[in-house]
Amino acid sequence: MGRYLLRRLGQMIVVLLGATLILFACLFVIPGDPVGSLAGSERSRDPAVVEQLHKRYGLDKPLIVQYGTYVNKLVHGDMGEDYTQRRPVAEILGPKLVNTSKLAIAAIVFDAVIGAGVGALAALKRYSLWDTVVTLITTILVGFPTFVIGMLMLNLFAVQLKWVPVIGDPSDPVQVVLPAITLAIIDAALVARLMRGTMLEVLRADYVKTAIAKGVPRRQVLLKHVMRNSVIPVVTYIGISFGSLLGGAIITETIFNWDGIGMAMSTAIQQQNNPIVVGVATWGVAIFVLLNLVVDLLYAMLDPRIRLS
Amino acid sequence: MTDDKTTTTPVSGKVVPQQRKDRTPAAGSAEPAIKVVKEWQEVWHRFAANKLALVGLVLVVGLLLTAVFAPLIAPHDPLKQDLMNTLKPPSGEHLFGTDILGRDQLSRVIYGSRIAVIVGVVSIVLTLLIGVVLGAIAGYYGRFYDTLTMRVADVFFAFPLLIGAIIIITVTGRGVWPVVLSLAIFGWATVARLLRSSVLSAREMDYVHAARALGAGHARVILRHILPNSIAPVVIYGTFNVGTAVVAEASLSYLGVGVSPEVPEWGNMLAAGRGFIGVYDYMWTLPSLAVVLTSLGFIFVGDGVRDALDPKLR
Repeated sequence: MGRYLLRRLGQMIVVLLGATLILFACLFVIPGDPVGSLAGSERSRDPAVVEQLHKRYGLDKPLIVQYGTYVNKLVHGDMGEDYTQRRPVAEILGPKLVNTSKLAIAAIVFDAVIGAGVGALAALKRYSLWDTVVTLITTILVGFPTFVIGMLMLNLFAVQLKWVPVIGDPSDPVQVVLPAITLAIIDAALVARLMRGTMLEVLRADYVKTAIAKGVPRRQVLLKHVMRNSVIPVVTYIGISFGSLLGGAIITETIFNWDGIGMAMSTAIQQQNNPIVVGVATWGVAIFVLLNLVVDLLYAMLDPRIRLS
Repeated sequence: MTDDKTTTTPVSGKVVPQQRKDRTPAAGSAEPAIKVVKEWQEVWHRFAANKLALVGLVLVVGLLLTAVFAPLIAPHDPLKQDLMNTLKPPSGEHLFGTDILGRDQLSRVIYGSRIAVIVGVVSIVLTLLIGVVLGAIAGYYGRFYDTLTMRVADVFFAFPLLIGAIIIITVTGRGVWPVVLSLAIFGWATVARLLRSSVLSAREMDYVHAARALGAGHARVILRHILPNSIAPVVIYGTFNVGTAVVAEASLSYLGVGVSPEVPEWGNMLAAGRGFIGVYDYMWTLPSLAVVLTSLGFIFVGDGVRDALDPKLR
């Protein structure tokens, strides 16, 4: 177990190094001077100032040195300084990450409660009207892109019904609902289908029949035998999904003007604010890989047949 | 996973007698050629048994026909601006109204299918190509090749697709081919993983050992014996993901980093319609519908292909 963890953590570091190296290489070859505009317009620029700026951000050094400096600072918890505000990247991204996390947590709760609940009910009442409706809706929903859902939501709840304002305010807990549902609804449909499928399989399993035959109360069979075993693939799916949600939901954040790291990323790209771009992408990769590891550990905990090695 | 009722016994029961009918007259003539045909017939029967897959096929064929015959179907020139008639609601002349520059919405959606088809198909072909070559090498040769390929795959797998694609496009500039390229760069890792694991199990099969014992070279063993027997999951993945690629492309254009804004393309149209939600809803409803139907079409077809190629996966 200890050795497994160590190996996985080692792999994580390799993935992180690879991802940041690719990022650096890409940003390095982007045409244009990312800090040039800080020294004024193209004509009035003082070459000495530009040179000084390059020196300040280490842009006068070769790619591999810049990369080395970045990694060295990152290990010490420093993500560098951004180009436009000249503040530490961590300080800028911190509050935005809080907003993104609010969205991600709300979305995951929706996935787990509504998605898994709806799917479980459909499996228990197989071939009922409810089952048919759930199958139909989830089948169609998975074909909807996030931005279409977002626009439908905005149209219905913000414009027609006027329940919420069009521009989201992350500090108002009510306003997290709309973007969270937008972000979660496709995943919830997938979770519902996954839950239904697994549960139907578990309901047919011999150990469930045995439990019923030996007279275990139905409630207990459902909770202890059926639920515990059907929930494993769902946990895996939701965990990995949470990892990508925490990395920033560019589309949803853009539609709802949600001030999270996804929005920060798209603005930073336009402004060639490379330290922010690298910061968000590094965070996205790190949290994704980390949650994958957590999911694997959880998997082994929920299913004792699986041995980690 | 979708609908268990579509492949109940009566349907598959219909398939079996038909096959028997085929077999009797064919027994005397050339055996191998007919066997191939029958295999595909069987695959088609399994595909057609899934009604949703047939619906998907209709949607996909409809999309392809629209893309090919766009100049014949479109009532107007999708690029022609008419500044006297901007933001007009639907009328007999413009069935779905005009946009902010007076261009015909319907014609732009019809022409948008071309971008969808090109990006969807080419990016998936490229994704599969890279993934299959690297996955086969990793799975077949193992050891160093395996470790190297799979660790690189880990890196690309961990990258969020949209963020990765945006960064690539910032380097290359906007356009159809940068979008295709970026989708392939961040898609191949999944294919390589899929293929690698099926190559790993195919590699130890008796027929592979037999082929090698008979003196077949590595290339021949991979191409003739291993790939045909391990490609099914990749084909299924590919069909499912054409729709995903179309959605990703539309998302990039929606964010303003896909194809250039004047190109008639669904994501561009949706981005333009975003500011008019609740005011000129026809600006985003039709392109939304086009994206949704395309995406659903490929998902349904993918479902059918999965049932047809690998019934065990259900």
